[in-house]
Amino acid sequence: MKSRLSGNEAVAYALQQLNPDVMGAFPITPSTEIPEYFAQYVADGQVNTEFVTVESEHSSMSVCIAAQAAGARSVCATSSCGLALMYELLYVAASCRLPITLACVNRALTGPININNDHSDSMGARDSGWIQIYAENNQEAYDNIIMAMPIGETPGVRLPVMSCMDGFITSHAVENIELLDSDVVQGFIGEYQPENYLLKKENPLAVGPYDVSAYYMEHKVMQAEAMKAAKNRILEVAADFEKISGRRYGLLEEYRMEDAELALVLIGSTAGTAKAAVDQLRAKGEKAGLVKIRVFRPFPGQELAKVLAGTKAVAIMDKSEGLAGGGGPLFAETRSALYDLPERPYLISIVYGLGGRDVKTDDIETVFSRLAHISSSSQIGPVYTHMGQRSKEETV
Amino acid sequence: MPSSNMVEIRWHGRGGQGAKMACLLLADVAALEGKFVQGFPEYGPERMGAPITAYNRISEKRCTVHSNIYHPDYVVVVDESLLDSVHVTGGLREGGAIIINTPLSPREIVPRLRGWQGRVCTIDARRISEEILGRNFPNTPMLAAAVRVSGVLEPNRFLASIEESFKNKFAAKPQLIEGNMATLQRSMEEVQLG
Repeated sequence: MKSRLSGNEAVAYALQQLNPDVMGAFPITPSTEIPEYFAQYVADGQVNTEFVTVESEHSSMSVCIAAQAAGARSVCATSSCGLALMYELLYVAASCRLPITLACVNRALTGPININNDHSDSMGARDSGWIQIYAENNQEAYDNIIMAMPIGETPGVRLPVMSCMDGFITSHAVENIELLDSDVVQGFIGEYQPENYLLKKENPLAVGPYDVSAYYMEHKVMQAEAMKAAKNRILEVAADFEKISGRRYGLLEEYRMEDAELALVLIGSTAGTAKAAVDQLRAKGEKAGLVKIRVFRPFPGQELAKVLAGTKAVAIMDKSEGLAGGGGPLFAETRSALYDLPERPYLISIVYGLGGRDVKTDDIETVFSRLAHISSSSQIGPVYTHMGQRSKEETV
Repeated sequence: MPSSNMVEIRWHGRGGQGAKMACLLLADVAALEGKFVQGFPEYGPERMGAPITAYNRISEKRCTVHSNIYHPDYVVVVDESLLDSVHVTGGLREGGAIIINTPLSPREIVPRLRGWQGRVCTIDARRISEEILGRNFPNTPMLAAAVRVSGVLEPNRFLASIEESFKNKFAAKPQLIEGNMATLQRSMEEVQLG
């Protein structure tokens, strides 16, 4: 069905179609509309969800953990400091192997206080053991959240899934969208049948007890194995999703990469702007391409190395600072992933778009012109720079 | 309508005047008409009366660009007082137009447009709204004026589609539909095309 919705409307509508058992609800800009719209579905009797309003995100995630451990499907939505307040519980959810679905509407972390978009919130949670999938636009935000449960709930994975979209840029922009029928969505996700859960009377169990040194490490290794196994499961679910939607997804998206010599690697809504810039450069005969990271956890390192193997110069663009002193988190992981290639392209780190700083097609073209210079001169120049800020050091 | 196949519109208003709602409504109606649309406001710490900006892209092909609009084809100014504090014609394309809510004629308002040489249209949105709706809701007249001036949608089909949209939006208050439709029609007639 053709429609037009904002990203938040699309995710709330998808959640209504998913009809989860429990939602832990606490508002924070820019994700507030998701529980707000969902509350209307509850009031109108369109879902059977137990809608639990709480006093903080620490509690909304606690509600999800308790419900999921009891054998129910649970969901919630948050942003920025809300996600930060959940951090303790994010690790609990993942280590208890509870496939909770979280809609993360990406917003800068305080401070300074800022309500606009960057990826510092979810990037801060990248080591928490959650699968992370990022959307470029409202359509992908809708599609990704429908794929979350079949990915997370499969026995070989059993991990929570964070489905991310850019705050305001995606969450508050109305664009065209293709929606699935609700019965198709229900058929796609099926019934949730956990193997073990708190309320299973044949096999009662405790969830989240103390783990002594003799066991803790084994449990962490199992979590690590589950994260590795998630890669295949994400692709399986994407293949099934293509059958019901006609839309194809992978771990990453290659855009005009066939013979690309200069390339960008980035995440989220900027990919759409970058596609327009790549098209303009291709029209001028430049061999430009783009790799959009859709799945950041598990990180598609081998796939990325394969795609970038033939390139000459690549800019890895991070929408979060990371403050590592040497480049953003996506840069660090990409450079590590390419280490085993016999011939590596030049790689630079560009941190951009922090706190809602806008990114235009012109900005992307400037990055490509820098890559062209690196490629032709064989001089990499500064490896780690920022883009779009007002300062003397502004290079790209 | 400009020669390129995408129309870009930038809205300037003050918080509480409904510029964002008009922008989203235009996207909604254009989508109903089979166009590819974007409608998005620029967000910050909003408060009543503070300047706000909102944007529309309307095209025959899906637009993947997700930046703000720096070179609009049309600028809609919902509050005349913004002419003094915001550079509303900044980046406005040659061959484009600015549409201003004011009782003045296009010729009278030009001296306040910082040297803008192009097309200027005006509409007394406040008076129209007060006469028909009994209150100052300038966004509805400005939406009609934007459609009329830009030609981005065929006026009669726009009116038919927006009536459908209003039936959903005002399902609980059907008495609002008639007044809003009358406001749109009158505004289409009264906008002064410079």
